[in-house]
Amino acid sequence: MAIDTETVKHVANLARINITDEELVPLSEELSTILKFMEQLNSVDVDGIDPLTSVTPMALNLRDDIVDDGEKPNQILMNAPNRREGFFTVPKVIE
Amino acid sequence: MGELSSLTISKAQYELKKGNITSVELTEDCLIEAKNSTELNAFCMITEELALDQAMKADQDIRKKNIRKLTGIPIGIKDIFCTKRVKTQAASRILTNFTPPYESTVTQKLWNSGAIMLGKLNMDEFAMGSSNETSIYGPCVNPWKAKNDPTALTPGGSSGGSGTAVAANLCLGATGTDTGGSIRQPAAFTGTVGLKPTYGRCSRWGIIAFASSLDQAGPMTKSVRDSAILLTEMSGFDQNDSTSAKYEVPDFESFLNQNIKGQKIGIPKEYRVDGMPKEIEALWEDGAEKLKAAGAKIIDISLPHTRYALPAYYVIAPAEASSNLARYDGVRFGERAELDKSENINEMYKKTRQNGFGKEVKRRIMIGTYALSAGFYEAYYIRAQKVRTLIQSDFSEVFNRGVDVILTPTTPTAAFKLKDDKKKNPLDMYLNDVFTVTANLAGLPAISVPAGKDETGLPLGLQLIGKPWEEGNLLNVADVLEKESQFDHRVKNWW
Repeated sequence: MAIDTETVKHVANLARINITDEELVPLSEELSTILKFMEQLNSVDVDGIDPLTSVTPMALNLRDDIVDDGEKPNQILMNAPNRREGFFTVPKVIE
Repeated sequence: MGELSSLTISKAQYELKKGNITSVELTEDCLIEAKNSTELNAFCMITEELALDQAMKADQDIRKKNIRKLTGIPIGIKDIFCTKRVKTQAASRILTNFTPPYESTVTQKLWNSGAIMLGKLNMDEFAMGSSNETSIYGPCVNPWKAKNDPTALTPGGSSGGSGTAVAANLCLGATGTDTGGSIRQPAAFTGTVGLKPTYGRCSRWGIIAFASSLDQAGPMTKSVRDSAILLTEMSGFDQNDSTSAKYEVPDFESFLNQNIKGQKIGIPKEYRVDGMPKEIEALWEDGAEKLKAAGAKIIDISLPHTRYALPAYYVIAPAEASSNLARYDGVRFGERAELDKSENINEMYKKTRQNGFGKEVKRRIMIGTYALSAGFYEAYYIRAQKVRTLIQSDFSEVFNRGVDVILTPTTPTAAFKLKDDKKKNPLDMYLNDVFTVTANLAGLPAISVPAGKDETGLPLGLQLIGKPWEEGNLLNVADVLEKESQFDHRVKNWW
């Protein structure tokens, strides 16, 4: 299946990436080529096969549900591009 | 100069212990070499002050006979490992000025073992690339050049800076990460040893995520022995990574005994791909002969789903990446795009990601987003994960039949040119990973060993793939292959 420019726009919006009009055609071509390559998978018989969910056969490690870290708002905020009074700040969300 | 920096880790351990050299001398030599290597562009940052401070402490420790495994050994760290108070940006514009207030588990273990940090190493942006050309720092350059040809070559990727820094003797060893071949392919291109451990052997905590079910950290070194030494120090269970394994970490160096009598080495016929250059095929046959001469048994095997590994990988890795990279939204860390007063939060996300991500990263995020989107999830992602199950069972069947280690080429070619026109199409670049992705999909340990050179004198690597958790035996076979190959590591200094 080919990815047309409308689909490129839709996917870019889902991925929250702005793309310019000039990028639309080249992107649709590149993505279509990659997708066509992936479609080789359609020739594999996967009837009755479970999708892989764990790379190594191993139960995930569980730990006690206790708080053992925290109380460091300054460290958490130190890399924020914009912060105020102990909070991350963003453009106004509510109209 | 460069005499000390060209030592292997195991030799430097000996010289430091004997008191023949000091860590400060060793570290200073590496720093001079690193500073004189701007043309290679391997280091994106040199942490000189920190390195000398650590080296002085190491020398004090040595005098007090308080010697740990890596006391005084200077190494380079791929820019994907978070290092406390040292900028870390995975070669991406979107993480400009990101300074982690914490240390990754793997690097913390290395410092706890006494290692010295020389600086951060160049890589492809978010580890997405096979040529180091997607880096915000500009491409890293391979120290190797073809005979009578001054053209700059790629060191491979994504751990290109690590491969170059080790090959050019700017450091004693380096860390890398490998999602689809990002340790082994640059190792093959730079004539170094690169090991991707079993999935879960090294903690992923503090390593900037690309595709979480495939990512593993590993060593890049001048010898197999050095990889065994570094891997022992990097490995181990970590409360902060639920997929890290609760297995005892053996001393991997103790497995190296030059004895591989009776070991069964599998040669998978599916890796004999169309158009494989003659010299790669010859290298592969020659490697098998050498292991046979050392007492191993060579067995022809079949891994029938091999040809589907690359398409499955290029569904799964971008899908996981699109989800992992959603965190770069201009709110908590990294750069936020300049906004007009009228622009809302959605425009903030979109502009920030438009400006912050490079072309290849955007391409992979979009492919992944598409593969996970409503209506396509089953057809692409779930199908790819089913194929992954089949690829993994191919390997288990072979191992269950008694094969100990599998031998293949690491890459389909030697290092190629930077800005190569033949690699303009993203798919042509992806084909570089054809022999390496299978080990990531199946979670298996795999190592690239420099095994020969092509007719123009460029390094070529052979890959050994082992059973899960059996890095020790894998390293032992690799050690024999390395010894029998007698690879000449000397590279002409033109930089």
